[in-house]
Order: sequence, then structure tokens, then C-alpha cells
Amino acid sequence: MESNGGADESSRLLHELQSLKDSKRDIEARISVIEAQLQQIQSNQHSNNESPAVSSNGVSEFGHDLTPDMIYRYSRQLLLPSFGVQGQSNLLKSSILVIGAGGLGSPALLYLAACGVGKLGMVDHDVVELNNLHRQIIHGEAYIGKSKVESAAAACRSINSTTEIVEHKEALRTSNAIEIVSKYDIVIDATDNAPSRYLISDCCVLLGKPLVSGAALGLEGQLAVYNYNGGPCYRCLFPTPPPTTACQRCSDSGVLGVVPGVIGCLQALEAIKLASLVGEPLSGRMLLFDALSAKVRIVKIRGRSLQCEACGENGLTQQQFQQFDYEKFTQSPLAVAPLKLKLLTSDSRISSKEYDELIKKGSPHVLIDVRPSHHYKITSLPKSINIPLASLESRIPEVSSELKSVQESNGTLNGSDAGLYVVCRRGNDSQRAVQLLHKLGFTYAKDIVGGLESWAREVDPKFPTY
Amino acid sequence: MQLTLEFGGGLELLCDSVKVHSVDVDLPAEEKKLTMKHLLAWVRNNLIKERPEMFMKGDTVRPGVLVLVNDCDWELSGQLDTTLENKDVVVFISTLHGG
Ligand SMILES: [Zn+2]
Repeated sequence: MESNGGADESSRLLHELQSLKDSKRDIEARISVIEAQLQQIQSNQHSNNESPAVSSNGVSEFGHDLTPDMIYRYSRQLLLPSFGVQGQSNLLKSSILVIGAGGLGSPALLYLAACGVGKLGMVDHDVVELNNLHRQIIHGEAYIGKSKVESAAAACRSINSTTEIVEHKEALRTSNAIEIVSKYDIVIDATDNAPSRYLISDCCVLLGKPLVSGAALGLEGQLAVYNYNGGPCYRCLFPTPPPTTACQRCSDSGVLGVVPGVIGCLQALEAIKLASLVGEPLSGRMLLFDALSAKVRIVKIRGRSLQCEACGENGLTQQQFQQFDYEKFTQSPLAVAPLKLKLLTSDSRISSKEYDELIKKGSPHVLIDVRPSHHYKITSLPKSINIPLASLESRIPEVSSELKSVQESNGTLNGSDAGLYVVCRRGNDSQRAVQLLHKLGFTYAKDIVGGLESWAREVDPKFPTY
Repeated sequence: MQLTLEFGGGLELLCDSVKVHSVDVDLPAEEKKLTMKHLLAWVRNNLIKERPEMFMKGDTVRPGVLVLVNDCDWELSGQLDTTLENKDVVVFISTLHGG
């Protein structure tokens, strides 16, 4: 009875908390709109009262169209001799699209909103999650579970209410890419997967837009400007997509938050240079960043290829682009969804709930966790033995001796009595391991479907996920 | 011939997670010069410890690997026919997609 009452009370509080957070968000959105309107009115009055010299074409007696508010806000950029009024003025007339509001997009969007781009668009279909916040610094805890684009747009508006912010709450696909990209002058690729990179590059070639492409993983980053002024496109450099096994993701391989931060900042910088017509863009070159050894290397890359299927002599047409299957081409999905293998028949698998019952019954068994050891150190099931998949074959004697000792301590020498179970993070590697164990004679080995993620979901909600 | 070979973008995982290798590569028998074609075969036999298919496909590097000879794309120096000189720096880097 009492525990039930506690559950009711906590669900009531959670409900109230959520509705308060929703109201807070609505009020904050309303505040930023009203502030923007007020600022607009004030700046109009300001220019009416104090700048009567503005002529009908919007150019003042000073030969530029910056209002006093703009001059004050961007003064530190105007003071740069190589940037100055002309650079700022060009920037204010430009429009930039940032595709992906994640680790790269976060700092890029913040700097682009702050520096005075005329129109700033953002594309993302995803929602904010707690394990994004260490690197996706534009988002805060209040937006967990909410749209990344809404969150990023609110942050950009709160920095600069005079920049036009455009929200595209959808994934970029061949069906919507041309319509969205054609509204902007410059594109930033801040996505996290191979098919998106080809799709965005091809679309930029088709529409003649320069592309600032960045990528980061682990402790390394890469940056290049494609399709600029006769320079190469992404496909000139990478005509054939890599095998899917070579496409590591942050959610599997990890990433130190500041690494995409560095690359995202450099993407904003390259976009600002392109928009303001200042400096030399990183075209025909590539920047390679290695955080661990503190090395930045800038290398010369090949020029535009006449044979390129996107920008070459027989380049892609709009119709071909719209019919191109990027997921098939790269053999990986546009939206990041974890792989779900099905290698085993159901009699070689048990669910996490079934495994839980097996523990409760005290059924003798050995549980092998085949994740890499640095994963095992984060969290693991009690009594599991860590033998990473890569070394399983060479460490088979350990499996045999564990099975033997479990059997002996349970007072039986009958080999088939102790069970052999395998677990991993999501239930893919555990199936590969069981296949291997079957091949090596352990035909009764089974894997736990859905791995530790399923254990946390179905059996023990307090078990950490990562 | 003294060469510095560097692996990045995850390719270092194929050679015991060591990124920089200072190596001494002998000229192949009856050859007067060392080309990238020779070097790739040498790397595959001497440095790659696992999953060679993640490094090479056929007699060249797999798609998605950039090869840089003295900070210059090997496409600009003749790819497999690029001739190497003493003290050259060759970088193999896998393209990244994350963000
Ligand atoms: Zn091209």
C-alpha cells in the first residue's frame, strides 16, 4: 500500500514538474520574441532620430548600411583592418545553413548567430539526450527529450535577436534537400554519417553552393571546404564509399567533447570567411587535427576530377539526385539507428528476463561479457567474466576452466549441466561470439538478446546505460 | 631507406594503436627505386597486425583512406607509382564521418 502511494506521489510530482518546465519554455520563447520586437522598434526609432542621413536605398552618408546598434554590437570585428565594415556588411547580407545541431553544429551555430550572419538555418530531426550534453554545448538540461532544432534556435535567438533564425525540424533527404539548401548561400555539413555526407555534397554541387565539411571522432577531427571556386567536391576525393565497418560512430567509439567543438568552431570560421569574402578558404586543402599529440596538419588534396560522378563532365542531374539511393550506396542509414543483427536462431538466445529468472533459481552457469575492457570498466553484471570478442578464440581455455569450476562447485561432473551465456552492450557482438563458440564445440552457448541495454530496460532500471 | 609512416582516423588500431612508425625499408630486389606500390605491400606485411581488409583492397588502399606523401595527396604524385625518397613522410588516414 505504502509503496503504491509513493509511486502515485512521484508520478504526480513528475507530471507537475514537466508541466512547469513546459510553461517555462513557452514563457522564455515568448520573452525572446517580444525582446526581438522591442529591439526592432527601438532601433528603428534610433535610426529615425539620430541618423537622418540614411538615404532611400538604405546606405548612410558613411557609405555603408550598418545601423548604430550594429556598429556597437559588431565593433570588435569592424576594428579589424582585414575584416572591417565591408566584411561585416557582406556577412549581414549572407545566409548560412548548418546541417546537424550536434557536436559540430553546436559551436558553429553559436558563433554564426553571434557574429552577425543575416540568415541562419538549421536542420536536424533528432531530440536532445543527456549523453549529448558533454559535447553538444548549445543544448541544456531543460531541453532533454525536446527537438534539437528548437533548442538550438532558442539559444541562437537569445544571443542575437537580430539574426533571422530558420528552423528545419526534419532529416535532410533527397526529397527535401534541394528546396532547403537552395534558400542559402553557404552550407555547413555537421552531420554524423556517410550517406548524409554524400547527399549534402551532391546537393551543393547541383545548386552551386560552397560546402564547409567537418568531422570528428575520438580524439581526431577533419575539415575541408568543397565545391568552391573550381575546387574538388567530396566525391572527387572519395568516389567510392568506405566499407560500413570502417565508419565508426561517436556512440560506439566515443568522442572527447571539445574535439568536435574545435572542428565546429573552424567550420564557423571558414563559413564566415566565405560569407564576408575575407581571407583564403580551405579549398583544395584539408585540415587534420590530432588532439592527443596536439598536431594540426594542413595537406594539399587533389583538384576537381573530370570523371567525378557529381561535379565531373557527366555530372549528376537534379532528377538523378532525387532518385539516388544514398543509404544503399553507402550501405548505412541516413538517420543514426543502432545496428540490430539477427545471426542466431531463437533456441540459441535468451531474453534478459529469462536470464534474471535463471539467476534467481541459482542455476549454475558462466556469463561471458564480450565487450572491450574499457566498456567493462564502465559497468558490468555481477559474476560476469570479461573476454573481449577479439580475443575470445585465443582465450577459450579460460572459458573451459570457468565452466569446469562452476560444475565442480555445484557437485556435478556432468558436462552439460552448467550453462554458457554471452552478453555485450546491445546484443550484436554477443551473437558473433556465440557463433564462434558453437563452431568451437560449445553448442549449448546462448546470448542475451539486446545485451545490457535490454537488461537495464527490462530487468534493472537502475543499471547504468551509456 | 628511412621513412616516417603515420596512421590516423582509426587506421592506427590495425597496427597496435601506434600512430607514428620510423621505419627502414629496403629496396626490392632488382629495383632501383622504392614506389608506393612496394611500400603498401611492405606495410601490409610488416605493420598491419589485424584486419588487413580495413587497410587495403586489391593492390591499393581501401576506399575512404587518404594517402599523403609529404603532406600532399598521392593522386598528385602518381598514386601507386609515386617514387619515395629517403626521409619522406607518408600518412595514411581514414576519413571520419562522426560529429
Ligand atoms: Zn566532384
